[in-house]
Amino acid sequence: MPGLKDVMESVKESQVWKSVARNPLPSNARTRALAVLNNVFLHLHPVRAPQSGIRLKYTWCMGGLTFFVFLVEVITGILLMFYYRPTVEFAYADIIDLREQAPLGLMRELHRWGAHTMVITVWLHMMRVFMTGAYKPPREFNWVVGVVLLLLTLLLSFTGYLLPWDQLAMWAVTVGTNMARATPFVGYEGPGAALLKLGDINLVHSADDVRFALLAGRFVGEATLLRFYVLHCVAIPFVATILMAVHFWRIRKDGGISGPM
Amino acid sequence: MADTTKEGVSRRGFLSWLGLAWTAFSAAMAASGIALARFMFPNVLFEPPMSFKVGRPEEFALGVDERFKPQGVWIVKTTKEIFALSTVCTHLGCTPNWLSAEQKFKCPCHGSGYYVSGVNFEGPTPRPLERFAVFVADDGQVVVDKNRIFQYEKGQWTDPQSHILLS
Ligand code: HEM
Ligand code: FES
Repeated sequence: MPGLKDVMESVKESQVWKSVARNPLPSNARTRALAVLNNVFLHLHPVRAPQSGIRLKYTWCMGGLTFFVFLVEVITGILLMFYYRPTVEFAYADIIDLREQAPLGLMRELHRWGAHTMVITVWLHMMRVFMTGAYKPPREFNWVVGVVLLLLTLLLSFTGYLLPWDQLAMWAVTVGTNMARATPFVGYEGPGAALLKLGDINLVHSADDVRFALLAGRFVGEATLLRFYVLHCVAIPFVATILMAVHFWRIRKDGGISGPM
Repeated sequence: MADTTKEGVSRRGFLSWLGLAWTAFSAAMAASGIALARFMFPNVLFEPPMSFKVGRPEEFALGVDERFKPQGVWIVKTTKEIFALSTVCTHLGCTPNWLSAEQKFKCPCHGSGYYVSGVNFEGPTPRPLERFAVFVADDGQVVVDKNRIFQYEKGQWTDPQSHILLS
């Protein structure tokens, strides 16, 4: 009778295994480094991490937790998309259906609580980076990437907030997007907009300013729901994913997680 | 030019062609960028029309008529005039409710309150509700035109288009 060890041995000898795993199981510093370098997912991560960098008291692992919650949001979000239709007729009913009828009604709660959690952890991560002075050279650029990631996280929350299409969603987004009316020059009530005139024709008005582009209309309606849905499910996650790759790559290129002062 | 090479293209000539090519390329990229931005502005809106008829002046009872709230207006009739009040709260854009017992418009979002006239008296809003242009069409019906706005704080409520005087 072949033991477990023999089975494992023959699996590792097989052509299938060898074609997938390019290196033998890491056993020393060199092969461990190779395993990281030769894997598309791991190679964003530094080959070596300084011991100080992985102290929980230093990083709180807040960036890592933010990334983890982001992954949870991606997975639960994709699952929700199997049930949710972004139309005035169905949106609210589909949300209720997701909670009351769909198997694992928990899925929607997971996505919602995850969204709140991500906003909290991303702020805590930023606070940690600030308090430890980890934004200082050579990490200034990664701070800037981080600020954009923070913005994208908040935009994900904002666009997702409209999707349940209940009274809270409608009016929160109405109030939120009305602030865009006051954007200088490109918002029709903003400073400078009144100066952009041809004779007595206003060039910037309620049907061609930034808010109009955001809402696809003069007020929050079905076109807005569709626009926010696409932003929430595709456009913003796409940009955020690319920026996260840059963020992690820069940590590595800036010499790994910063050390104690 | 003396620096023409055997192949017939001078270094200087090549560089100026390169400059021209880059300029053309950048211009094309800029133009397509603008075209892409334009894509986000729809040409057709699935929204109620901005201008519509609401009925003859004598058909309205004194007070606030809520029938046209879905189109974004309250038609208000007093003993002196008829005017069209916007249903958009001037604080941050929610839709206030008409509370007939208290004779006021009250916004559920942050509590702004307005008199029947549209003038604000409580809550965070900085200014009165807006009025839209109204006039009597040839068939005797009142037309509301939401494209033209009259603001109290700009002294525009005396404009003849901002109300229909009843005699
Ligand atoms: C989607 C949002 C974000 C994700 C997923 C993320 C992820 C990470 C991760 C995993 C790390 C490794 C260290 C750690 O876990 O603390 C890190 C480091 C870092 N992050 Fe973020 N981050 C995000 C947003 C931000 C924000 C908002 C800022 C600041 C404006 C920022 C600035 C930095 C900097 C400067 C470092 C290097 C810190 C060091 O070397 O000690 N990041 N980030
Ligand atoms: S939007 Fe009406 S009170 Fe704020």
